[in-house]
Amino acid sequence: MAADPADPLCQAGGVTSDTLRPPHRSWRLLGLVALGGAIGTGVRAALAAAFPAVDGISWTVFAINVVGALCLGVLLGRLALRGPDEGRRRTVRLFVGTGVLGGFTTYSTLADDTARLLDVGRWGAGSGYALLSVVAGLLAAALGAWLAGRAGSTRTRTADPR
Amino acid sequence: MTPLALLLVSLGGGVGAALRFWLDGAVKARTARTAAAWFPLGTLVINVTGSLVLGVVTGLGEAGTLGPSAVAVLGTGMMGGYTTFSTASTETVQLFRSGRTGAAVLNGLGMLVVSVGAAALGLTLGRNT
Repeated sequence: MAADPADPLCQAGGVTSDTLRPPHRSWRLLGLVALGGAIGTGVRAALAAAFPAVDGISWTVFAINVVGALCLGVLLGRLALRGPDEGRRRTVRLFVGTGVLGGFTTYSTLADDTARLLDVGRWGAGSGYALLSVVAGLLAAALGAWLAGRAGSTRTRTADPR
Repeated sequence: MTPLALLLVSLGGGVGAALRFWLDGAVKARTARTAAAWFPLGTLVINVTGSLVLGVVTGLGEAGTLGPSAVAVLGTGMMGGYTTFSTASTETVQLFRSGRTGAAVLNGLGMLVVSVGAAALGLTLGRNT
């Protein structure tokens, strides 16, 4: 750990240090994720305010989470098909995936809403909402990955004869 | 929601997202050369701690200790941006696909149960502070 070449304090910044430094310690990438996260959070907050929870259950947050999981599945699947996680692909993954979609979706609201439902004795509604969210999120992420693979193979096939 | 409130909530989300990116990277760096490197521990830690903090924040809001704007910026914004549902879903799918079914179920259900427990604890703490 001594004289860590990736230590931001040892570097002046720029392209060279950015490739050496672990991504999560690069100010440029932290800023990129923050910007994406702000955009995703803003859209989620606006949607949640426009379509508030009904009877303690926010179907808006449910839809946001499932759509976000689907989009992240597609994004990661497409990026993985295009090549290793570096350079522009990594930048896109961090901005759109970690930033925008990470900020758009939320786990804490799901946990908090569920805890609130259980707290007032609505065990069926609470556990049902939470389980449905998690299962729908998994199916959406898997569907996204499948769609990404399918789109990838179609493109390769149509591109081949030329 | 006023444009200014939305801007502040978004800024909170940006800070939360950066914090998540940093913490996940730090956890990955720590576990990289261990036997547990394949398990997405970072997201689990993030979602459980974020649920606890959101519970505290909304509990404080209910008790009147925190105003509605502060609850929105810290809760909907910062903790909403810090925790993530999309990455938790794709990582669990990844575990299923790599044949680690037990770990996938544990990551999917375990995270939910522990996060809800953490949120409930946070709510109790916040309401009684």
